[in-house]
Amino acid sequence: MGIIDPSKHEPGAVSATPLSADMPIPPGPDQDAILAAVGDEIANRGFVIAKADKLFNWARSGSLWPMTFGLACCAVEMMHSAASRYDMDRYGMLFRPSPRQSDVMIVAGTLTNKMAPALRRVYDQMPEPRWVLSMGSCANGGGYYHYSYAVVRGCDRIVPVDVYVPGCPPTAEALIYGLLQLQKKIRRTATIART
Amino acid sequence: MNDFHDRLTKLVGHQCQAIEMKGGELVLHVALADIVSVLKAVRDDTELAVTQLSDLTAVDFPERPERFDVVYQMLSVNNNMRLRIITRADEGDIVPSVIGLFRSADWAEREVWDMFGIYFSGHPDMRRLLTDYGFEGHPLRKDFPLTGYVEVRYSDTERRVVYEPVHLNQEYRDFDFLSPWEGMQLPQVGDDSDTDEEQAGA
Repeated sequence: MGIIDPSKHEPGAVSATPLSADMPIPPGPDQDAILAAVGDEIANRGFVIAKADKLFNWARSGSLWPMTFGLACCAVEMMHSAASRYDMDRYGMLFRPSPRQSDVMIVAGTLTNKMAPALRRVYDQMPEPRWVLSMGSCANGGGYYHYSYAVVRGCDRIVPVDVYVPGCPPTAEALIYGLLQLQKKIRRTATIART
Repeated sequence: MNDFHDRLTKLVGHQCQAIEMKGGELVLHVALADIVSVLKAVRDDTELAVTQLSDLTAVDFPERPERFDVVYQMLSVNNNMRLRIITRADEGDIVPSVIGLFRSADWAEREVWDMFGIYFSGHPDMRRLLTDYGFEGHPLRKDFPLTGYVEVRYSDTERRVVYEPVHLNQEYRDFDFLSPWEGMQLPQVGDDSDTDEEQAGA
């Protein structure tokens, strides 16, 4: 009886497991019922059981630590999204100054030819699992500098990209939205790969 | 202004090809051989006291026999006066470095070498400044193609960033539209005589 399974509860009272990432449950009677059920489980038995991959995905998507990789004006919007008004800390996102402590790299700005090997090196230094978010027109496809002799026409030529955020520069809201999309993407993936 | 101009004429007038006022700005045209002595003269003169080189750049005129203008933007803080000194250089000409007179010429001369390919003699560290390592060509020359010659890509097989000849998936788009501001005829204030005709014609 350690498993919290919605199908075994009365219909209407509980609609999903607390660690289900697909549909976060808003505060209300439904959420209270789940929390009470979990509390009872811990009080009665001292443990709860959940699916391992759901747990991993919950932990990963809830503590995305982005690599500080500001290249141009997009970096200013990235700072705005981290500052007090939008406050990325609420999602457990803390900017890290080292690739070895990072999960996600936000390519914020124009990627030049001279910077490309450095960007790839930073990406290679990040531990798995890792994700890349391309922010702004320049990182997405060269943008304003598409025909320039010095600019990479899209950072996906250098690193594999998970989420593209359009805009020149994207607003702080747009970046937050992109990061939430990335969270959704992480929650959808099967972390225990069967090959 | 006049004192400054007179003193300048007296001091370096014989070395200048022309001294002119252009748009309220003082411009000196100097031969390449005289550039260092003119800069030293205006710097060391106590009345002029042109002690600051605020910028050093170049301009490309491919149709001219001596294709480059090397431009020295000077500032005299004492007199609150600015001075532009222009000399001409051809491709392959070697311009004497003024780093001994103005330390600020260091990176400026490296940038001019990078962007225009004008070499400065006597510079202690004449490397490219801005462009990529191993870059070929000088981008601010008018005959340099906009997209350059190489582009980069990460090669999964070689596990490094590789350089390849430029291949554009989409041709360069030339938006040669008539500007809405150029095409529009603004009605003049108080001029009602021909508006009716235009409306009838349109």
